[in-house]
Order: sequence, then C-alpha cells, then structure tokens
Amino acid sequence: MKRSNAPTFWLLFGAGGMLSALLGTMLVFITGIAVPLGWPLRSNTMSYPFMLAFAQHWLGKGFLFVVIGLFAWHAVHRIYHSLHDLGIHTGTAAKLICYGGALVITLVAAVSLVSLGF
Amino acid sequence: MNRKAVVRGPYVRPMQGWWRRDPFFVRYMAREATALAVLAYAIVLMVGVLRLAQGESAWNRWLDALQTPWSMALHLVLLVAFAVHAKSWFDIMPKTMPMMFAGGRRVAASTITRTGYAATIAASIALFALAWWWQS
Amino acid sequence: MSESIRTIEIQVLRYRPEQEDKPVWQSYTVPFTDDMSVLQGLQHIKDDIDGTLSFRWSCRMAICGSCGMMVNGKPKLSCQTFLRELLPGPVRIEALAHFPIERDLIVSVDEFVKKLEGIKPYIIPKEPRTLAEGEYLQTPEQLALFEQYSSCINCMLCYAACPQYGLDPGFTGPGVLALLHRYNADSRDGGRAERMQILNAEEGVWSCTAVGYCSEVCPKHVDPAHAVNQNKLNSAKDYFLRFLSPKGAQS
Repeated sequence: MKRSNAPTFWLLFGAGGMLSALLGTMLVFITGIAVPLGWPLRSNTMSYPFMLAFAQHWLGKGFLFVVIGLFAWHAVHRIYHSLHDLGIHTGTAAKLICYGGALVITLVAAVSLVSLGF
Repeated sequence: MNRKAVVRGPYVRPMQGWWRRDPFFVRYMAREATALAVLAYAIVLMVGVLRLAQGESAWNRWLDALQTPWSMALHLVLLVAFAVHAKSWFDIMPKTMPMMFAGGRRVAASTITRTGYAATIAASIALFALAWWWQS
Repeated sequence: MSESIRTIEIQVLRYRPEQEDKPVWQSYTVPFTDDMSVLQGLQHIKDDIDGTLSFRWSCRMAICGSCGMMVNGKPKLSCQTFLRELLPGPVRIEALAHFPIERDLIVSVDEFVKKLEGIKPYIIPKEPRTLAEGEYLQTPEQLALFEQYSSCINCMLCYAACPQYGLDPGFTGPGVLALLHRYNADSRDGGRAERMQILNAEEGVWSCTAVGYCSEVCPKHVDPAHAVNQNKLNSAKDYFLRFLSPKGAQS
C-alpha cells in the first residue's frame, strides 16, 4: 500500500487547530467586536501607529504570520476533507484550490508583513 | 424446460445524505463547518495586514469597514463558530493522544478535555489582558 | 377468557436477489414480552410467520459478533437490543450499513476478513524466545496499553458507524486498525515495523476524520477511534523520521 503524504498537512491542521482553539475566540472578539465597538477596549487600540508598531516588532510580526498561516492551513485541510464527506469528487483540482489557497494567504501575509519593515 | 434464474449481485446502498441520517453525524458536520469561520477570519486578518502595509489611509478605511454593522454581525457569527471549534477540538483531542497514566491510573479523557477548556479560558484572559495593557 | 397479547410492528428491509433488483420493506406484527430482544423478534418471524427471512446470529449473548444490524437507523447487536426499549414501534431493521447486502439482513464480510488477516494479528516476538526463559512479564500499565483493544468481537458495528468507510470501502477501518494497534501496543510484540505500511497508507489511518461514532456504537468499549487517531502521530513520526534510520523510525 502506498504511503500517504497526509502527515505534513495533518500536522499543520493540528497546529492550526490548537492555536485557533486556544486563541481564536478571544482574537475574534478583540479585533472584530471589542475594538471596533470601542468597548470594552478603546477603539484606538488598533490605530495605525499602534498597529504599525505591533507589526514592525518581531514578536508582533511573528504572531500575525503564525496566526494567519496556521489558521489558513488548518481550515483548508478540514474544508478539503468536508468536500469529500459531502460526496464532491475531490481530485487534484480540489487539493490545488484548497492548499493552494492557503499558500496564497500565507504568501500575501508574509509579503505584507515583510514590507512593513522593522 | 429450464430457465436460468437471474441472480443479481449484492446490493450496495447509496451514501447520499448520509450525514442527515443521525444527529451524531449532523454534529460532526457542524464541527467540520467551523473551518469556514477559521478560514474567513484568516482572510480578514490577511486583508488587515495587507491594508496596514498599504499605508495609513488604507488602514483607516479598513478600520471603518470593521465598524460597520455587517462586519460586527459577521464577527459575532465567527465568534460563535470559534467557540464551537474550541469546544469540539478539546472534546475529540483525547482520542488523538496516547494512553497516559498518572499515579498508576489511567488519565481519563474527560480530564484531558477539561484541561483544554481551562487552557482556552486562561489563554483568552491572558490575551485580553495583553490587549488591555496594549491600549494604555 | 380472552387475554390481550401485546404486539409490536417489526419492519425488515428484505432483499432477495433472485426476485427483486432493490430491497423492499416488509412489515410483520410480532407478539412480544418485556424480556424479548430484537433477535428473538426476528426468530419469531422466521419460526412462525415467514421462514424465508435470513439473518445471522449465534451466541445471543453479545460475544460472537454475528448479529450486527441497523435497528431504527443505529448499528446494534440484535441480541443486545430489547423490543421494550423501542416501543411503541414500528421497529425498522436493516442490514448493517456501508456493507453490500447479500440477502435480507446478511451482508458481505469478505473484505473485512481479508483486512483482518492482512494486519498480522498475532504476537511477532521481538527476538526468539525459548520455553526455558519462562513467560513474559507485564506490569498492569503494560497490560492497560492494549487490553481494551483486545476485546473486539469483529461485529463490524464500527464499520456501519463509520462514514469514511461508507464513502471509501477500501479504508482499512476502525475495527481492523484497533486490532492492529492491539498488537503494536503489546509489550510482547516486536512487529510494529511490519505493520507500519498499513497505518501509513491513505487507506490506513489517513482516511479517518475523527468522526468518533465508531467508539460510540462499539458494544465492547474497544474505543477504535482512539486506536486509529493515536496512530496518526506515530504515522507522522514514521513519515518524517524514516530518513534517519535504515529501517525506519522506532516509534
């Protein structure tokens, strides 16, 4: 029986799943509800100078890259398998779209974060 | 006169709609569907980071977009989905770990799950505290 | 003096390949008492109502694994499912899901048996051992590592529960993988490397998406979901560490 190449994608899925399970809910709350609403965090928490400083610091840059990247690789792995569960014939095309999509997200994030400098 | 009877082979039942046949499967599909929310949020963050790299006015337009009712509603939906993801993740996590023993006795799956829930609450509080400190 | 006899309606999905091209539901009215199992209901039908009904059974005490079937859409051992729990009925009985139906409630088990044989389900000693060396010794913890997985009675309810098996019958499946793990996890066994090829294949652990229903339906609490999913990490280790050692990773 031929060895599967699933392990790489499964490890990314697992890492992304763990990160999104631990931090995702609060991240969504902070960035999508609390700060835009101005409560319970001030709306200037995500002002340009603050965010620039965050993204230019190696810790902030790393955090953003890891979160965006791992969330994307986790999600596409699950979505790909769900397509299979729904009876949609998942061939090479589906794999390319799903994992390719994650690659695009990772690259866009990487290029943006690098271009922000330090 | 002999007629050979038609003997059909074994009957294979179709799998269409399998997940609607049992509430267990419906819950499984709901769990898997949370991936759409994780992807959506990854894209939201990606766009944010892109807008940040495009300069202050691009970033401020993005902030305005985040303040619209549509964005708030979307993030509320994402919030619920992420919570479902977190709970279901730690519910299934014990199955992926080798058997563990503490003090000569088997560590129960429920112990592992509850540790996961606790870690999520702790990490969430820490993250909020970090954001609170960041804003000041 | 008239005595009212309690009855329950049992509907069975019939399939007789010599007379129909698709299965059809047939309804029977069966007198029952509180202690009757679904199996006893079927036996009453066969003995007193319709002798053509075909189904497998043997021990009638949930240890032989013969009588697996779908009862009201759930995989059950018919000998361990009681009519009183299914009142007021009707009780819908169908052959075990995800398997081809040979006739009535009888499914094709050939592939399952082939898979069982294919995993080397026996202790492969780490090194040759003489009788003079005495028996193997195991701590309670070493026993615990594999004991529950040895409880499998090959009833295949887990296969009926597993949608991935239903979608891809080539999947080795929960029961066989649990048995494979039973041997890998036994401290007396040294055959892990020989069984890795099965685990590492797409049809091995990588078809599993942790639905977990297999462990829910298992009548012997084997927890096949645990057996399969803990081996994903072993398989991943083997995948990445295979280049470091000539005979693959020692995981």
